[in-house]
Amino acid sequence: MPDLRPVQESFARSLRCRECGHEYPLAPSNVCEWCFGPLEVFYDYAAIKSRISRQRIESGPPTMWRYGDLLPVDAATAVDIGTGYTPLVRAPNLGRALGLNRLYIKNDCQNPTWSFKDRVVSVASSVARSFEFDTLACASTGNLANSVAAHAARAGMRACVFIPADLEQGKIIGSAVYSPTLVAVEGSYDDVNRLCSELGDKYPWAFVNINVRPYYAEGSKTLGYEVCEQLGWRAPDHCIVPMASGSLFTKIYKGIKEMAWLGLIDWQGTRMSGAQALGCSPIAEAFGRQSMNIRPQKPNTIAKSLAIGNPADGYYALKTMKDSNGAATAVTDDEVVEGIRLLAETEGIFAETAGGVVISGLRRLVREGTVHPDEVVVAFITGAGLKTQEAVAGALQPPLTIEPTIESFEQAFEDREGSLPLAKAV
Amino acid sequence: MERKRVKFTFVEELIKEPVIWKLGREFDIVTNIRRADVTDQRGWVILELDGEKDEIERGLDWVREQGVRVDPISEDIVEG
Repeated sequence: MPDLRPVQESFARSLRCRECGHEYPLAPSNVCEWCFGPLEVFYDYAAIKSRISRQRIESGPPTMWRYGDLLPVDAATAVDIGTGYTPLVRAPNLGRALGLNRLYIKNDCQNPTWSFKDRVVSVASSVARSFEFDTLACASTGNLANSVAAHAARAGMRACVFIPADLEQGKIIGSAVYSPTLVAVEGSYDDVNRLCSELGDKYPWAFVNINVRPYYAEGSKTLGYEVCEQLGWRAPDHCIVPMASGSLFTKIYKGIKEMAWLGLIDWQGTRMSGAQALGCSPIAEAFGRQSMNIRPQKPNTIAKSLAIGNPADGYYALKTMKDSNGAATAVTDDEVVEGIRLLAETEGIFAETAGGVVISGLRRLVREGTVHPDEVVVAFITGAGLKTQEAVAGALQPPLTIEPTIESFEQAFEDREGSLPLAKAV
Repeated sequence: MERKRVKFTFVEELIKEPVIWKLGREFDIVTNIRRADVTDQRGWVILELDGEKDEIERGLDWVREQGVRVDPISEDIVEG
């Protein structure tokens, strides 16, 4: 039997400006020198097509690196901590609650650091190492920091992670355990942003979402690939995705389109809809105005992992919505909590606030008729709830506190839950 | 000398104001527009600024005082 997965090199060939089309050699760079537009990785698709097949993918590892042919780094040298190929589960209970007959949850809580960020950082850290950087850096409010610290540990690189000084303890521990240099910045969100932008210019570090951003962003495509493979090599009819910078949203669509271009699935016009929290919803707000111009906002929401007020890929997210006949919606913080609880109570999945945004956003889109009852719908749940416990803690019932006696238990149970079943005959 | 790349975002009331011309005239800064999208309701301009570091900072503070939002061209880089 032929070896289906020989040591391979990447099919990435150049960086190309998304605005003016100028092309550059593969390098740690994210901005077009000509028009300052964002750069994107460009591949030799003809070469990929001659090698890739469903069988080749299926024989790969049970991680995102089974799609190594479509990523911008040699899979044999990847920094892989076991990311991806997370469960796609049918969600009949939640579907009934929302009025959807064919609803699936892509549960990306089950990544090594419990969020989809492992996908992008796995690619970014692999590329950073191939460019011989010794330090991996980022600015983050939680999930990205956790993932950068973990991947740097695995890659034997130094990590320098910048966080706002008022970050919750749980998120700090989730990074600190990997022993990065953790820098808590005293200042506003804008101050952190400006500082890291300047540091990215000054030091020879791989800032995952600055100078290696074109590569980093490609990791999100694997969510699109996986969903198609897990649906039995077909694309969803409708994807519901949380939006922060808008990058994840556009890359899932790119992943699905690439699968169709390469003949791995039939193209069937997947629709892309995005959800944001109302307290930071610049993309949904522009969609509501039917404008392609984003108005930056000052974030004020419990969905902190989505709190990007001036989204780098906002315009491209709006374009994706337009091209795919999708929509955007925004939900209140109360709806975020309701969404978290609804997903947990119907399907046994505890999502972070971004997941609550997706579920409540989906509910809104169904009610307004944007999502149809018989569409194959995939809701992307991108991070685990244990990271943002404080968001729901106040909305949950406290435990029944009782004396260690049957009488005390029965009294407390009946007070809250109503009558107990008949006791078993002894 | 320093070179800085920034994005100015204008609200509707400021679109007709020659903010970039004034920036180049009142501060010792060379402005070089690379990309822009301006409508009657909203506008953004991506430009490169050349000058002494302190002069650029003073100039950008003045631009902010006019009500124009100033961002690094990579836009928000703090992620969740």
